Amino acid sequence: MARIIVVTSGKGGVGKTTSSAAIGIGLALKGHKVVLIDFDIGLRNLDLIMGCERRVVYDFVNVINGEATLNQALIKDKRVSSLSILPASQTRDKDALNKENVGKVLEDLGERFDYIICDSPAGIEAGAMMALYYADEAIVTTNPEVSSVRDSDRILGMLSSRSRRAELGLEPIKEHLLLTRYSPKRVEEGEMLSVEDVEDILAIPLLGVIPESQAVLKASNAGEPVILDTESDAGKAYQDVIDRLLGETVEFRFLLAEKKGILSRLFGG
Amino acid sequence: MALLDYFLRKKEKQVTTASKAKERLQIIVAHERNNRNKQPDYLPQLTEDILNVLRKYVQVSDNSLSINLDNKGGELNVLELNIELQDENSPD
Repeated sequence: MARIIVVTSGKGGVGKTTSSAAIGIGLALKGHKVVLIDFDIGLRNLDLIMGCERRVVYDFVNVINGEATLNQALIKDKRVSSLSILPASQTRDKDALNKENVGKVLEDLGERFDYIICDSPAGIEAGAMMALYYADEAIVTTNPEVSSVRDSDRILGMLSSRSRRAELGLEPIKEHLLLTRYSPKRVEEGEMLSVEDVEDILAIPLLGVIPESQAVLKASNAGEPVILDTESDAGKAYQDVIDRLLGETVEFRFLLAEKKGILSRLFGG
Repeated sequence: MALLDYFLRKKEKQVTTASKAKERLQIIVAHERNNRNKQPDYLPQLTEDILNVLRKYVQVSDNSLSINLDNKGGELNVLELNIELQDENSPD
């Protein structure tokens, strides 16, 4: 049985697609068969972050409407052969998805893959609900910032009331907190919510902390998910996320600001 | 005057914006969670009554009825009833 993981947040722009791409590549590099699905119908972007935008022929909605088979629509990643991408459509209306037809596609994918990663659109509308409905696990991507934390809490409410697992009274969706764009320096200066603050408020287990990093923009510019930048802090932090998802206990890194020397403290700079 | 700033800054760090953010979030999140989980007291009794009415006409088990009051935001509340009927042709 494939593990269905939704990457969600409520608020837009917090790093869902960046995280989905990194997690997809990371799991596939560990030898698992992984499919990444872009649920953001009308505003697809996962293809760009993955660097396969020019290879999109058919999309999720084509598959739903029976205009293409899964084999035709799935794009095999050029870097990691056990990873495929199912892109969102660019133009179709978002009402194309419903519980039945999405369920059917996920079932078919579940026979071929170990992990199904659903990249959710922002918001709490139908598209976001569709992305989380069948999930077994949810990665709640959150920035250490008031509106993002509040929206994440709304999404936690949806996970526990609007998902398939909730409706059928099954074991609840396993929730993970992924804190992104974290700046230890600003936390130490009292200008940013700390990891502990966000954990206190949302009260779900911490899966990872991704530091604010220049590497993320460079990665999206190039269409090379940041986890492939193994020298970067963000890349390493996503690597730790993968290990934790696979059940390992890994110490959290990049939580403390680099210490300034005494001289630069005294004389500024 | 980095040296002077260094000593002065220590003092004014008493109430940071981060701690303000945390406090505000704790209040609003607690409030919203409360609203989210609030199901009216009459729901269990209502469930029982509906089941009793149903039993006059069809065979239903205790767990064949699910009932849920959903706040769709603002003034709109939706009372959702889900009744599973047993297949009439089945032996039980």
